[in-house]
This record gives sequence, C-alpha cells and structure tokens, in this order.
Amino acid sequence: MDMREYQRRHPLLPNLDESLVSKMLQKVGASSIDELFSDIPPNVRLNRGLKLPEGASEYEVRREVQERLGSNTTPPRSLCFLGGGVWPHYVPAAVESITSRQEFYTSYTPYQAEVSQGMLQALFEYQSLMCDLLGMEACNSSLYDWASAAGEAVRMAARVTGRKKALIAGNAGPQRRAVIGTYTEPLGMELETVSFDKSEGTIDPADLERRLTADVACVYFENPNYLGIIEDGLAPMIEKVHGAGALAVVGVDPISLSLVKEPGAYGADVAVGEGQPLGIAMNYGGPHLGIFSVKDIKLARSMPGRLIGITSTVADPEVKAFSMVLQAREQHIRREAATSNVCTNQSLMAVAAASYLSILGKGGFRKLGEAVISNSHYAAQRLSRVKGVKSPHLSGAFFKEFAVSYRNSNAKTVFGKLSREGVLAGYPVQRSFGLGAEAGLYCVTEIHTRDDIERLATALEEVV
Amino acid sequence: MAVPSDPKISARFKEPAALVPTSMRRQSVELPELSELQVLRHFNRLSQMNFSVELGMYPLGSCTMKYNPKVSEMISGSDGMKYAHPLQPTETVQGLLSIFYELEAYLCEITGMHRFSLSTAAGAQGELAGVLMIRKYLRVHGQGKRDEILVPDSAHGTNPASAAMGGFQVVKVPSDSNGQVRAAAVKALCSDKTAGMMFTVPNTLGLFEGEVTEVCQAVHDAGGLMYYDGANMNALLGRARPGDMGFDIVHLNLHKTFATPHGGGGPGAGPVGVTRKLADYLPVPVVSKGKKGCTLDFDLKHTIGPLKGFVGNSAVLLRAYVYIRLLGASGLADVSSLAVLAANYLWKSLDPEAFPVSYGEILHRKHEVVVSAKGELPGAALTIAKAILDYGMHAPTVYFPLIVHEALMIEPTESEPIEMLDEYAAAMNEIYREMKEGVLGPVPKYTSVGKIDEVKASHPLTLRVHW
Repeated sequence: MDMREYQRRHPLLPNLDESLVSKMLQKVGASSIDELFSDIPPNVRLNRGLKLPEGASEYEVRREVQERLGSNTTPPRSLCFLGGGVWPHYVPAAVESITSRQEFYTSYTPYQAEVSQGMLQALFEYQSLMCDLLGMEACNSSLYDWASAAGEAVRMAARVTGRKKALIAGNAGPQRRAVIGTYTEPLGMELETVSFDKSEGTIDPADLERRLTADVACVYFENPNYLGIIEDGLAPMIEKVHGAGALAVVGVDPISLSLVKEPGAYGADVAVGEGQPLGIAMNYGGPHLGIFSVKDIKLARSMPGRLIGITSTVADPEVKAFSMVLQAREQHIRREAATSNVCTNQSLMAVAAASYLSILGKGGFRKLGEAVISNSHYAAQRLSRVKGVKSPHLSGAFFKEFAVSYRNSNAKTVFGKLSREGVLAGYPVQRSFGLGAEAGLYCVTEIHTRDDIERLATALEEVV
Repeated sequence: MAVPSDPKISARFKEPAALVPTSMRRQSVELPELSELQVLRHFNRLSQMNFSVELGMYPLGSCTMKYNPKVSEMISGSDGMKYAHPLQPTETVQGLLSIFYELEAYLCEITGMHRFSLSTAAGAQGELAGVLMIRKYLRVHGQGKRDEILVPDSAHGTNPASAAMGGFQVVKVPSDSNGQVRAAAVKALCSDKTAGMMFTVPNTLGLFEGEVTEVCQAVHDAGGLMYYDGANMNALLGRARPGDMGFDIVHLNLHKTFATPHGGGGPGAGPVGVTRKLADYLPVPVVSKGKKGCTLDFDLKHTIGPLKGFVGNSAVLLRAYVYIRLLGASGLADVSSLAVLAANYLWKSLDPEAFPVSYGEILHRKHEVVVSAKGELPGAALTIAKAILDYGMHAPTVYFPLIVHEALMIEPTESEPIEMLDEYAAAMNEIYREMKEGVLGPVPKYTSVGKIDEVKASHPLTLRVHW
C-alpha cells in the first residue's frame, strides 16, 4: 500500500498509518498487506492502479459537483408542471428533518429488533397509515417504486390464481406497463390491453367484460389514470373482475386519496402506488417509494417485501415490541421458493411518508387535496384561453393532471420549446394512447401559484 | 403544515371536492391530528431507539456498514438533484447526466466491464436484471431450452430467489471443505441445460474463490454465462476485477462498497454491468453521450426492458459518485486493503477456542470472517448477538451462511479504527467467557426493549393499527 502524505487518520480511513498497519499485520501474522491478497491467482490480479481520477478534498468535490448540478434546469429557478408518476409537491421541512436523522438513515434492515425499535415502529406506523389511506388490511414496508410494485402485484396474482394472463388498463402509465412486462415475462404471462374511451379518458367497461376470460389472473387499473382522469366506474367493473375469479390491482397517486375514494372501498384486492408525493423529493427518478398493500389479510402470506408486526418480549408477554414478521416468505429464509427476491427496499422513504401524513394530519391532508384539485382546474381553464389549444383535452373528471391538445403544433416541439423558456410542462402523450391529437400532460399541485400558472399560459401562447 | 391557498382560486372553486364524481368522492381520511412539534418529538424519540453506524460499530456481515460521508448528504440535497424531474428534457439536466456518464465509466474501470446500466434500484434488482439478460441472450442465440442456474450453497438468498424469479431452476453447487467452489464440482453439474451461474467473490465466508477462472471457464465451456454478485466488492477494489476473472455480468451494491447510507433497509442502488457482447441486453435506460451531450437511451436492440419506472435511484448514484471522487484511484485501493486487514485483525483478536472457523483455517479472510459460536446449547450465536448489543455495538450477521454451524458473520469495514476492533473482539471474548461460566444471564439487558419473542412474531396477529 502506498503510504502517502496522509496524517494519521484520513477522514475516511482511520487505520491508514504505517505503524498501525504494522501492528495489525503482526497480529494477523502476515508480512504485508499484499500477502493478504496472495490467494488471488496471479492471472487475475490487477497489476496496475485503477484508471480513475485521484482523490480530491471534500471542498473541491462539493464545489465542483454542486456547480454541475446547478446547471440543471430545475425549480426554484424554473417551473415544473411535470407528472406522470413523479410529481412536484412541497416537502415539509419537518419531514426532511426526520429523514435526516442519522439514527434512521445510517442503520440497516432491523435484523436485531432490540436495537431497531425506532425504525420498526416507524415502519409499522407507515403500514398502518397506508392501510387507512388505501382502505387495505396489510401493507408491506416498501418496494422500490410504483412500477416495480405493479410488476410484483401481477406476479402475485399469477401465483395466487394459477392463471397466466393479465389485463392492463390502456390508460395506465407506460412506465408501469413496461415494467410489468419485464417482471412477468419469465412467467410466460400474456398481457392484454383494455381499451378506454378516447373522449372521456376512462376505461371501457364493455371491452373489459369481453376480455375477462377464465384465464385472467388480474386486471391492473390506475386511478387517477396516466391521463389524469378519475375512473368513476371502477366499483361495478371490479365486481365483474371478481366474478371472473380474477384479482383487481389498482395503482394510485396517494395524494388523490385526500378526495377520491380509497381502493379498498371499491373492491381492490391489491393496491399499489407511488409514495413519492408523500414527502419525498423528485430526485430525478429515485429514491422513491413503492406502495404494496392487500385487502385480504390471507394474501399477506403471498406478498413480496418486508412486513413489520407487533410481538412481545420473551420475558413479559405484556410488553409490546415490534419486529419483522412472516419472514418465511422472504429470500433469506425461503431462497428459490421466496415470494420475491427483494432485500434492500426503500425504508427511509417509508419513514418520510409516515411523517408526512402525520404532519399534514386529517385536516391538512384534505386541504392539500382541495388546493391541488382547485389549482389544476384553474390552470386547465386558464390554458383553455390559449389559442390553438384544447384544455382539458378529455372530458372526464381529473384530479391534478390533465392532457392538453394542440391544434397545429407537435407535442414534442412544444415540450422542448417550453423547457427552453424555463417551463417544464406538457410531457408528450405517446401516440400509442390513440388520442388522435398532439397532446401533452400537465400537472398542477399546491406548489403552483396563480403567477406560475400565468407564466405557464404565457409561455404556451408563445410556443404553440 | 399549512397548505398554500390562493384566495382568488378558492373563490372560484368553493366546493373543490365536488369536482370529484359522486361515486368516487371520499368523505374523509382518518389521519392523526398533531402539532408539528408533537410529530417531531415522536419520530426523534423513535430515532433514539435505533442503532446506527454513527452510534457505534455495526459489523453486520455482507452488508458493508461503512461510514457514509456527510458531504454526500449535503450534495444530494442540492436543488439540481432534488427538484430534477425524470421526464424533463435531457438537455435541461446535463449537469446530472454527465455525472452519471462518468460514474458509469468509473464502475466499468473498477469491474472490468464494458457498459453499465445505473437503473436498477438495489442489489436484488441488479441480480434480476442479470438473470433476465442471461435468459434473453440465450433465447436470442437459440439456446432458450437452457433453464438451470448454478448457485453455490454459500450464496446470499437473493441469488436463488432472483434465478427463480427469472424463470430458472436453481442447481445448488456444494462448497468443499475449504469453503470454496471447485471447478470440478461445477463441471459435474454443467450440462446442456446450464444457462449460467451466479457466483459471489469473495464468497460469503469471506474467502476468495481460488478457482474462479476455472469455474468461469467450465460454465462458458458448457454454454452458460457467468454472473458476478458484487455484494462483496469492498474486498477487491484495485486488486482484481470480475471482468478479468471471466465474468459476463456484474452487479454492484452502491450502498455497500460505495458508502451510500443504508436508510434503515433502503434505498440502495444496484447498477448492473456487462461485457461487450451483452451491452445491448442491459435494462433501460442507459446514459449515452453524443454530439448534443448526454441522453437517456431506451433503444437497446435486445434490452430486457425497464425494471424501474424512472431512470434509477439517482440521488443514491450521486452519493456514490461523490465517494469515488473523494477517494480516487489509490484511495479506493486503500479502502479494500484496510477493510481486508481489519477483518483479519479482528478474527485474530478473537479467542480461537470460542470462535473457531469451519472452513479454510489457514487462508486469509477478505472483507469479512465467519466464525462459529461454540457452545453446548443450540442458539449460542443468537445469545452472543444479543449480548453484544449491551456493549453499545451491533451484532454480526447470524446464522448465515447456512453452511456454517452457529454462524457469526463479521464485517468490520475500513471505517473502524483499531481501538474499536480491539473493543469488539474483547467484548465477544468476554461474552463467551461469561457464557461458559454460566454467569451471562438473560440478554440483552440495556436495549430499549428486552429480548423479543420471535416465535410469536412468526404468527403475527397485527400488521397494522385499527383505531
């Protein structure tokens, strides 16, 4: 090893010191550090230094990286009206304070429950709060994100029903559809698309009924769907799904549940979703929070992911304590017969969601929903006054996202031009949705002021 | 928290809930009603009932619980990271994408791979990506009937679980008396059904697999592909590269080797790298660089598809990039040198009578050591694990790998100063002495709750609160 000009105690390498290394080698009974690696066959040893830059000081790295990140077009210097599964919401300072507690973020999976009660209880509270929010009976302590949770849900449906086909709502997010495809391909599953009404934006019940054959394991819906529309006919459709012996999986934006019915109330067997808007930054795609919950407690045994439950101490059955439960489903016990391979999940993000819901509380969460739906409707109306634009494009009820179509412009061009004006908005709706128009998606939340919406409208006027 | 509300907008929508169709309208959500201070006190109190790396030594084997530099947290809190939306045009997010592009190049150099996808969210998702690439590659090459993946008996549980998720049968490879996988054993299990093998080097016993090149050769000769589980890469930085050993696919756990915080169970990041012939099979998106700068590339010819909705765990990737920049080429090599030295030093500081090793006694360990807890009664490893909690230190991983009786798997990492290693060994030796003399008593005594009833926990009555 190269004993460079380090002081004893490099900030990250406390034993990088000649005398310490000799002392340690002596105990080990080796003459050099290289000897500890002598069992690596010579033909695979890397007999050169890594071709990487040399280390830099904390100050230098921080300055350079922050400068580079500063060149990104992001709020607060720009406006973001993008959604599609990741949404701009305000993260309360208190939530950041809680997730910045090193006790939470520098710990790992609570294998030793006696010294992990804090994380275990926080995750248990997350599970409880999510069950209330979703109207479900069991929620795991997190998966990676919405899309992978949807993939796991369809796999679970196949496992539980022994069937090999899944119906996917045609207005579900393309990211979720694609990931469901990747997750289920090894099972040889067939994925079929359920069409939707192109003027309203909601699922076509007749098409669903026609496709509900005896080999369908589950139907995957989103509510609100990718185009922002609230599916108001889910209860009778899910009855049909159950009639066919299939499971209903519903993917949600949890913020919408402030005003929109919870999936458990209209028959969902599995509710998944993206927990990012519950106090987690957009972070260019992650880390986010995959929500996974089931209505029937019996399904808990088939669920992927970690579950936290209440038990007691050995000494006193009256003393309640938290621990991981039903671990016999998991890879570290069950190996190839496990319900999933997931190990590291998104626990810290679940703590963020639990603290977010606690901080907003019953009243605050409702007010949040009201602010979101009012702002989005205000924005849709304001954009409708822009020439050459139809806003909203679809007639169905919406919560915070809506499609806007352009009479004479290409959606991709509008999207690019808006971004150059510092307005990130109008993510193009892919042609595969068959809207028959060039359209972009707009997401408006509680963070957007009337001035922001005015700036959006003005920018759109200029580019459309 | 007060929610912003514009009086002019609220004047226009007097009854916002009425915008939701009646059949879907929700009356209320039962959530707690607390002050912000109450919520903070609650979670801060909970955090005080949680052991962590910054509180004490946390030598959880195979988890690489090293120090997570504070500066990475600071940087990942930058506006350009937090507020970047994954669907915004790539030309508006060049600062971050150029960092990812460099990170990919660094990971390629560290592992000897040709290309990485940074999109996978954790080690197990990287494994799934790897297994799916094996599946797709074989199908494209008319070898789709190969449906067996070899997995050593010492492997992490995620390996067989990932192989099964990818649609493969798992064939267990036995370790020899030195705790290593022999090429002959692999050859004996190879056939025209062999799709590949998942191999952890160094293995979960902390031993370098001496026949790794021959094992790779055997599987390649049989027509399979080799998957490198990078969970233990902290042992090999700058010393050896999976690409040079013959592996085709590699995943890395950035939350282990590259010092991103473990978050109480996650988030992590598990980028997956491949050799040239598999580059088109990677999960999308990958970061590409062209005349217009960096882009997210979704158009790989044979891609297995995406495994995550958006890009990847970007803020975790950023932290790993910062860590590599802080240490640099020789710093990273020092990391592995010192991590391996620490594991061997700790091992040799343990009472050999109390904590014998089952395999390869004369071999040096790499990043971790697995010892058996010697005791008359079953459960000695658990007792030692619980007892050490009372010393203000975290237990090793217990009862893993499965091929070791009463296993205690200890991975101190390079972060622990020699004084802590001494203290840890002394504590374990002392606990053994007390056990042997029958004076240990019930443990743990000083944790926030006493020993937990795990039998009851396996038959849970409560998975949520009803109120």
